[in-house]
Amino acid sequence: MSNLGRRKFILYSSAALGSSILLKACGTPPETTEETTTEEGSTPAAEGGDTIKVGILHSLSGTMAISETTVVEAEKLAIKEINAMGGVNGKQIEAIVEDGASDWDVFKEKAEKLIDQDGVAVVFGCWTSASRKAVKDVFESKDHILFYPLQYEGQECSKNIFYTGAAPNQQIEPAVDWLLENKGTDFFLVGSDYVFPRTANTIIKAQLDAKGGTTVGEDYLPLGNTEVTPIIAKIQAALPDGGVIFNSLNGDSNVAFFKQIADAGLTPDKYPVMSVSIAEEEVRQIGPEYLKGHYASWNYFQTVETPENEKWVADFKAEYGEDRVTNDPMEAAYMMVYLWKQAVEQAGDAYDLEGVRNAAIGQEFAAPEGLVTMNANHHLSKTVRIGEVREDGLFDIVWSTDGPIAPQAWNQYVEATKGYACDWSDPAKGEKYEI
Amino acid sequence: MTELLIGIFNGVSIGSVLLLSALGLAIVFGLMGVINLAHGELMMLGAYTTFVVQNVFRSFGEPWFNLYILFAIPIAFLVTAAVGFGLERGVIRFLYGRPLETLLATWGVSLILQQFVRSVNWAIIFGVILFLFKDVLRWVFLKLLAIASLDKPSVRNWGQKLTIPVATVLSLGLIFAVNATKNEFLTKAWFSARNVDVTAPGWLQGGVSFGTVQLPYSRIFIIVLTLICLAGMYWFINKSNWGLRIRSVTQNREMSSCLGIPTAKVDALTFALGSGLAGIAGVAITLLGSVGPNTGQNYIVDAFMVVVVGGVGNLLGTILAALGIGVVNYLVGSGTFVTLFTSMQVPQFLLDIATFFATTSMAKVMSFAIIIAFLQFRPAGLFPPKGRTAEL
Repeated sequence: MSNLGRRKFILYSSAALGSSILLKACGTPPETTEETTTEEGSTPAAEGGDTIKVGILHSLSGTMAISETTVVEAEKLAIKEINAMGGVNGKQIEAIVEDGASDWDVFKEKAEKLIDQDGVAVVFGCWTSASRKAVKDVFESKDHILFYPLQYEGQECSKNIFYTGAAPNQQIEPAVDWLLENKGTDFFLVGSDYVFPRTANTIIKAQLDAKGGTTVGEDYLPLGNTEVTPIIAKIQAALPDGGVIFNSLNGDSNVAFFKQIADAGLTPDKYPVMSVSIAEEEVRQIGPEYLKGHYASWNYFQTVETPENEKWVADFKAEYGEDRVTNDPMEAAYMMVYLWKQAVEQAGDAYDLEGVRNAAIGQEFAAPEGLVTMNANHHLSKTVRIGEVREDGLFDIVWSTDGPIAPQAWNQYVEATKGYACDWSDPAKGEKYEI
Repeated sequence: MTELLIGIFNGVSIGSVLLLSALGLAIVFGLMGVINLAHGELMMLGAYTTFVVQNVFRSFGEPWFNLYILFAIPIAFLVTAAVGFGLERGVIRFLYGRPLETLLATWGVSLILQQFVRSVNWAIIFGVILFLFKDVLRWVFLKLLAIASLDKPSVRNWGQKLTIPVATVLSLGLIFAVNATKNEFLTKAWFSARNVDVTAPGWLQGGVSFGTVQLPYSRIFIIVLTLICLAGMYWFINKSNWGLRIRSVTQNREMSSCLGIPTAKVDALTFALGSGLAGIAGVAITLLGSVGPNTGQNYIVDAFMVVVVGGVGNLLGTILAALGIGVVNYLVGSGTFVTLFTSMQVPQFLLDIATFFATTSMAKVMSFAIIIAFLQFRPAGLFPPKGRTAEL
């Protein structure tokens, strides 16, 4: 077999060449829609031209691609709408899409590329906290702007990042309060074994201590693990008569968790589960029949009743297909493009980064979830909602705050950050100051 | 007493999932010595087969839908066995006796299979069918030449040589051409990169109540399924004619060949059998976990662990290893030792150690540590192969 003759070699290599030419000819052009007009040596701030370049930096491949591509779609829809309305200050937005490939080092590299080579005015990007932490240094050292659309664990307040997802006091803490009031005081905490669930559970434990609840147990599954039997045994031992399960599992483990607790007889009437990483898209993949009656806490559900949401859901389905659903991260990604647009219009010039950052503070926008306001700590005031999963996989909103809740970047239940806040409108206060 | 029984049941149910996923590997790795990193992906294909069967049966209506899983088992077995057969004939048979190359090649196959389920649509199916029927194409081509009276030995010779490259180019061309039509039906990905939802039939949801706890039907089903597979495999390997041939080839390939056993056929059959068992495991895991392109990755390491601890080529070892690992994982991870030590009033430091390891993550660390220590004393596993086992 190993005797590859000269003829055979010529044959195979010509076949390989032929097919590669064919592949190139038929392949779709790459996602990147840029035509590099940047001249060598020109600084981003000095750029004029007819378009404003913005960077979109999410994972289009790898394990996070499933989630992050939906966010890219939402951002592209917003950009398309803004361009159709005449753009920003009369200029069209040109999106440069980069693939972070679910690899934090790649995120860092691509962020540098977008800022230095493409000269973008802003970057919309990241999903996992790990990827945000990886690019944070880049945006801070180059004094640039990143808009980040995910709910996250808080304890961060960068001058160069705007956080349009929920801080813990806009998702986790209200959920715990609601559970304490309505579902019981004994909590079992389950999470995936990485930074977000562990930080979230630290906050929850501190909050339960402060409010008279009890943490009867906590356990962590390695990412991708699907064996839940030991955890179920622990829950049954710790909460023989039922109690609250607070779930911050991420990814595949959720499917295993909900299938197996249902089979073990942990039903939502005795063991209600509150999840912070399960939205409409995840419900579809796990199967509504396993989730029915359990709860999730978000700022946005597809079933929110606002005129803005009705329009957005209709527009999104028209663009990407009738069977698609919208969820909280997508909504946050969609509206952050508009928030940036408003800030640019107030500042006058998209490449005046300092001006845009200052103008962003105080921007209000009637988002699908309701009115949001950018605070001085670079987080948004948002309405908090709790939804119960229904048969069709969407959520019944069972509770919501009366209006937007102000964000806390530094958590007030955790000892180390208690009494601190963040204010970028006042240079003397900045990232972390004592109230 | 009930606590102990429930503990054993839970340990056995974890072990049975391990065992079922390791059974096929015990054959492929244990008997043939092939390090098949695509084993997890064969399970994943079994799980996707279950998804397809479920959807077909859903359209038949209620009494049938409840039975879909019983039909999914043989279908998944056949589908994955066919894929395994193709894999053995197309890739692995060229690599016998070269473990490193096998490892790399099967890893590549696992990536291809993952990407296949992500992007499979009718266009790709057409391309694959065209490629599989390349011999028919050549035959037609030569017939046409004969009609045009151009059929010379040299042309015939070129026809032979050019078949694979031409078929490759044609298949790729067909895929791109169909994709370029932008026809919704032909170009829509069947499964996409998202996880798919497999719902257990009604009679497998819930469980038997047993005091305060409930033994899930799905777990009982998996235990029974594992027992049936074990019995079937035991019978096949030890009692059937083909089983005899497999064992003789495992022991001494040259001698078996001399005695007229078709070793190539035996290899293909063995590999197909192992792959088919992976397919059955794939059906079982749909009851417990997620079904997506990455599903196989969650099981492959545990499966290898079981086979290595059990001792290569020994069924009994595999069984004991799977149950042992399952029980240890459960007892440590569920904190049973903590309760036990508290009631026994053992020294505080022992209790601290038990508490430290009583989470699912740490239980995994613990069981791997035990395995590493164990392999120091018995490097070849529980039941090392004895005597003159042939090299492969």
